[in-house]
Amino acid sequence: MSSQDQTAPRASLTSAATPGTEAGKPSLARRILSDGFSSWALALPVTLVLAFFLLAPIALIVVVSFWGSTSFSIYPAFIFDNYEYLLGSQVTYSVFLQTLKFAFLTWAITLVLGFTIAYYLTFHIHSLTWQIVLFLLCTIPFWTSNIIRMISWIPFLGRNGIANQSLMNMGVIDQPLEWLLFSEFSVTLAFVHLYTLFMVVPIFNTMMRIDKSLIAAARDAGANGFQILTNVVIPLCKPGMMIGSIFVVTLVMGDFITVRFMSGSQIANMGRLIQNDISLLAYPGAAATSVVLLITVLIMVAVMLRLVDIRKEL
Amino acid sequence: MRSKLDLELVSVTKRYGTTVAVNAINHLFHHGSYVCLLGPSGCGKSSTLRMIAGHESVSEGAILLGNTDISQMPPARRGTAMMFQSYALFPHMTVLDNVAFSQKMKGIDKATRHKKARELLELVGLDTLADRVPAQLSGGQQQRAALARALITGPEVLLLDEPLSALDPFLRIRMRSELKKLQQELGITFVHVTHGQDEALALADEVVVMNNAVIEQAGPAREVFNAPKTEFVARFIGGHNVIALNGKRFALRSDRVQIAPGADGGLETAVASVEYLGTHVSLGLVGPGDTAINAMVPEEEFFAKPLEQGSQVRINWHERDLHPLAQ
Repeated sequence: MSSQDQTAPRASLTSAATPGTEAGKPSLARRILSDGFSSWALALPVTLVLAFFLLAPIALIVVVSFWGSTSFSIYPAFIFDNYEYLLGSQVTYSVFLQTLKFAFLTWAITLVLGFTIAYYLTFHIHSLTWQIVLFLLCTIPFWTSNIIRMISWIPFLGRNGIANQSLMNMGVIDQPLEWLLFSEFSVTLAFVHLYTLFMVVPIFNTMMRIDKSLIAAARDAGANGFQILTNVVIPLCKPGMMIGSIFVVTLVMGDFITVRFMSGSQIANMGRLIQNDISLLAYPGAAATSVVLLITVLIMVAVMLRLVDIRKEL
Repeated sequence: MRSKLDLELVSVTKRYGTTVAVNAINHLFHHGSYVCLLGPSGCGKSSTLRMIAGHESVSEGAILLGNTDISQMPPARRGTAMMFQSYALFPHMTVLDNVAFSQKMKGIDKATRHKKARELLELVGLDTLADRVPAQLSGGQQQRAALARALITGPEVLLLDEPLSALDPFLRIRMRSELKKLQQELGITFVHVTHGQDEALALADEVVVMNNAVIEQAGPAREVFNAPKTEFVARFIGGHNVIALNGKRFALRSDRVQIAPGADGGLETAVASVEYLGTHVSLGLVGPGDTAINAMVPEEEFFAKPLEQGSQVRINWHERDLHPLAQ
């Protein structure tokens, strides 16, 4: 083969790489693109969307939280009355604690449930088809509105509901259980029902990526089922568990409708505090509560992100 | 000559539903030997290895190590250890913790197990990288770590599932000589699954060629290469021609094909291709009835009387180089 044959493809490659030079000088569009302008232009739409729909409203809330209000008007100002009132009230702290309690209970229960379901799907269902079928089964409740799903608990848990009736018919109890509905129990139950899938999905995702030969290798080294779980599966699922935890904690911390419906308006959390202020048109107070809630949730997420590195999952 | 640590397969069978992956194979692995299970993918060699390791149940038959039937025991109690194809190192642990894993499972305290793990890492030459995680190691280093992790259990039989397939060609040759050296130092049995005949010939004291769920031929590497018993073995082990003479089939080594223009006997062939391979020239010949024959001619000999593509040449061989194949 002659040397000319060998260089020919290389020459055509170089000319293909810079087609703009074919006309003698680079076109205007190409020059602008090569200036790095294109990367800024491509990032612009999402920047605008985020600025307009996320950053601006938050900034507005922060601004309004320093405004003043009377029982019939609100007026622009820069005063700390709203925060003083909020942080000076004993009610705020008990409501805050109640919110944290719901977040913790829901988090703990959905974590155990989510991990167990993901574990079952990953390690006990061996055909991919069945994994997909059962996984879709988990998502079916999400095909209806969460308010409908919540309300459907009420006839089930009520004083004369299905649960109490069945228990009494079976002779387990003589009196209807009062704590089944409009209680912390029913609120937590509804939260767990609503948000378990947010735990299942990320954990299932990380768990499916565990190389099955790691399990075989652990067994080869003499690990029993429980040791494999604690030494191999759980450590490797931590990122998924953390992503699920962030979902659940932020959702529960910001919720107000579940608490309102399932407690029969008898239990308050931060969301309901904000909602109350809004219904009284006390926007500055609502804004101040929102800012406090936002900061709390951000701190919680920051702590969780420090505990586990989730970058390789994204 | 049997020792009490020999590994024996007694009509071991593996079925998946109606398919038979391993069909009633019998074999004796002598203690302290390096054995290669060689065969194409799907021949049952990996299933056999996994049954010995205990990661696959035995459908029928027994696996004896010494005088004990280990076929129903959990993997860690068998006296075997396995090195996995992709090494299967725990990505969230340091190399040291990976190696110390089996000791941790036994409940041995941290100081003792780390000391032992360091000894093993020293053995495979990885002691300086003990605190890294697997992702920070090269392919060859990961392999050493996996080796150390398997050896820390003090196995009598080390099972290696295609241990070199993830490495680049240069590293593969280096690691294979290290494997052989390690096996000789430790004096334990290595059972190595591979589909590369060069790897098997280079490493094995004994080669076991498998095809279609059965053992086609087993024996010392040289014996299997020089006297393949079946057409499959002759073709799979490489370097052989299968030719039909008087209704029978024979194996003939490529480098024993003589180019003898003008001589009597042998076969009349046409040269279809000429490849220069450095030490040898590989000739692709077409004989009567379109039989493809490969001849390896020493380079010097070829260029003394060069042949061109399309030229006619008569080939010949010594009678002793023809090995009759099972029909």
